Amino acid sequence: MLAYYLRLGLRSLRRNPVLTVLMVLAIGVGVAASMTTFAVFRAVSANPLPDKSSRLFVPQIDPWGPQARIDGSDIPDALTYTDAMALMRDRKGARQTAIYPINHTLIPDDVSREPFHVDGYAAYADFFPMFEAPFVYGSGWDHAQDDAHAAVVVISSQLNQQVFGGANSVGRSLRLDDHDYRIVGVMADWNPRPRFYDVNNDDGFSDPPDFILPFTHAVDTHTDTSGNDLCRGTTGRDPGWDGWLRSGCAWVSFWVELPDSTAVQAYRGYLQGYVAEQNRAGRFHWPAKTALFDLTQWLQQEKVVPPATRMSLLLSLGFFLVCLVNTVGLLLAKFMRRAGEIGVRRALGASRREIWLQFLAEAAMVGVAGGVAGLLFTGIGMLSIGLVFDPDIARLAHMSVSLMGLTLLCALVATVAAAFYPTWRAAHVQPAWQLKSN
Amino acid sequence: MTLHPMIAALRKHKAGVVLIALQIALTLAIVCNAVFIIYARVQNVQRPTGLDESNLFMITQQWVGAPNGDDPASIQKLDAMMNEDISALRSMPDVESVTPINSLPLFPSSWNGAMSLKPGAELRAGNARTTYYFGDENLMKTLGLHLIAGRNFTAADVTNKGFRDPSEANLVIITKPLADKLFPNSDAVGKVVYLDGSSTPSTVIGEVERLQVPSVSSWASSFVWNSTIEPVRLNSNFSRYAVRTKPGRLDDVMRAVPSKLYAVNPMRVLDDDSVKSFKDIRAEAYRADIGMAVLMGVICLILLAVTAAGIVGLTSFWVGQRHRQIGVRRALGARKIDILHYFQLENLMIAGGGAVVGVALAVGLNRLLMSKFEMESMPAYYVLVGLAVVVTLGQIAVFVPARRASNVPPVVATRAA
Repeated sequence: MLAYYLRLGLRSLRRNPVLTVLMVLAIGVGVAASMTTFAVFRAVSANPLPDKSSRLFVPQIDPWGPQARIDGSDIPDALTYTDAMALMRDRKGARQTAIYPINHTLIPDDVSREPFHVDGYAAYADFFPMFEAPFVYGSGWDHAQDDAHAAVVVISSQLNQQVFGGANSVGRSLRLDDHDYRIVGVMADWNPRPRFYDVNNDDGFSDPPDFILPFTHAVDTHTDTSGNDLCRGTTGRDPGWDGWLRSGCAWVSFWVELPDSTAVQAYRGYLQGYVAEQNRAGRFHWPAKTALFDLTQWLQQEKVVPPATRMSLLLSLGFFLVCLVNTVGLLLAKFMRRAGEIGVRRALGASRREIWLQFLAEAAMVGVAGGVAGLLFTGIGMLSIGLVFDPDIARLAHMSVSLMGLTLLCALVATVAAAFYPTWRAAHVQPAWQLKSN
Repeated sequence: MTLHPMIAALRKHKAGVVLIALQIALTLAIVCNAVFIIYARVQNVQRPTGLDESNLFMITQQWVGAPNGDDPASIQKLDAMMNEDISALRSMPDVESVTPINSLPLFPSSWNGAMSLKPGAELRAGNARTTYYFGDENLMKTLGLHLIAGRNFTAADVTNKGFRDPSEANLVIITKPLADKLFPNSDAVGKVVYLDGSSTPSTVIGEVERLQVPSVSSWASSFVWNSTIEPVRLNSNFSRYAVRTKPGRLDDVMRAVPSKLYAVNPMRVLDDDSVKSFKDIRAEAYRADIGMAVLMGVICLILLAVTAAGIVGLTSFWVGQRHRQIGVRRALGARKIDILHYFQLENLMIAGGGAVVGVALAVGLNRLLMSKFEMESMPAYYVLVGLAVVVTLGQIAVFVPARRASNVPPVVATRAA
């Protein structure tokens, strides 16, 4: 029977091609706009480390006091060097690392090749196991090397490809500005999106780091941060590198791994205790303010999902809604025009259920056609999102099998849902009336 | 024509009426807000930076193996390297003016702080947030800024300091908005200010009309015109220069820059992004804003088209349904124009009703966007214009089916019932 209904539906849709095309296009465009913006939203709001995000935390300490918070600014989203080093020394988490972004000029051994710019991070040994960084060759360094301020470096597979042609470069030497580093590991392609550990400096979607080297060594070589240096709440500072380290400027990111809620509670207590101690020591003169965010909260706090992405998703969904209202109206017109035909079928013994089936089948055909049109438009949308969104973000969104499935499903479900009211009206046509008036 | 029979007829197909009205309401709400978003973005993009943006470009470069210390010897070495670069750039034909600089408006790198009238003050109420530009006596000329009071820096005013040196310049030039904030009732020139909580005073020697801060992000929106210029060459292992060329010579000079700088000192890194015209800096800064405006524009157009098509579709159905009644009216003496007016008036009532609901929805959606996305409040004339647009759209859309209705011949009335 369903095959017969599908044939009937097709015949009916062919009867007013303009109306049919109108419905299909409206659904296609509506679903495509929603899917395109959704793909971008999904890409930027993804959890970069799903199996571990609830165990990774960012502590915040207020180094400036309430005066600096006038003007709507909150406590800084980085720690001062002093506080970060105190937290590193106390090692109250299962793992912890201070991080800051740096850049260097890489000078190839081969003198015929031009030096080039590389971006990376200074971090502690825990960085790699904590963030589950994968390695192709070698591994990260260990705590002893942190303590020894060792001149070692972990490089990305891309840099390894560029400099060493992809060969195992562990043990070889890399010259960054005027220092030589021994390569201890080559990471596999690894770039969590968003790059959660640096969202306080970066939009979180830029190219992966070329290298990571020990924090302690980077400080020894006076390597400035290439990220934000927040000094707005400070008053003056001593000149030079040491003056900067001792200053109230906040520029060090800090991550700590806490295995369970007891550990989280304990760490909160520890932070409060630390600030109270700083108060007693006379460094802070204000009520302690600390915070501890887990990874997902931190991404929210740092507004990693750009407002424009949410806004365009919201407006696209509104657009889709209008397209659906439009479909309800057109289907209603289409179905009710066939009141006479329904009357005859009902009089000949078709039950309401049969009428339901017949018209939902017709709507489903419109839905499938709308979905196919939607796929086409989504494809066009994906090609043109680079024009609308930040290029770093636009390249994250791509046509995947799941997105294609979702497009078809959304179009089908939405159209069948839109057909509910028109079908209900069709099923309740009074056969006697129709037969009489015709 | 009395409205009574029309209302009675509309009651017979409530669902269709409600659907069209709802569609018009939603369309009005979305289009008003989308157009408002477009307007806000376009306004953002169009505000002048205060620079003379044509024939201007910036160089960012990094030295290889340059000293990285804070000792005077390292700083003087870096300063000497910077001066070599500057004189090489100035010697190029077609170059009008060159200044070392830390950033430019719309460029994603900035140095921000606060200015106060008292020494040693932290950032607190009454102090003005500001961005800092560091350059030499040619900065004003290179950027094309308008000095409206006081004087420009002279070569003797310009000093140099290390990147990490927290000391502040003795002399500054500030923008008019910053001057007005700090000295609302008097002239700023000659006054003393304190930068970033410093305890040493700096004197304001000049005032420029307008100079935007680098960041276009929302965090900088509270001090977007508060800029301070210090006559300082900032020394570090990287440097930036702003260059103004003779009119029309921008591309040639930009192409010639890398080899010129390599000839001065080959131990440096200049990559694809190192030499950038201000036009490109502007395009990158506002790319997302323009993209958003385009997206909203496309959505608006398609939405209006879909709604118009929906009206055509549903009205055509009604015309078909009332074919005989129209024939009867025609047979009873109604003119073609009466039938046309009937459908037009009917559409006016439905669209008007929908538009009234739409006005409420538009304001509601604007409130929602304001609470979630730092949007401004939408002025009332947006919804009024929107209302006029959707009602007009309804009239245009209804015209074709209404004319078809008016062409129904009276003889239809006599055909089989």
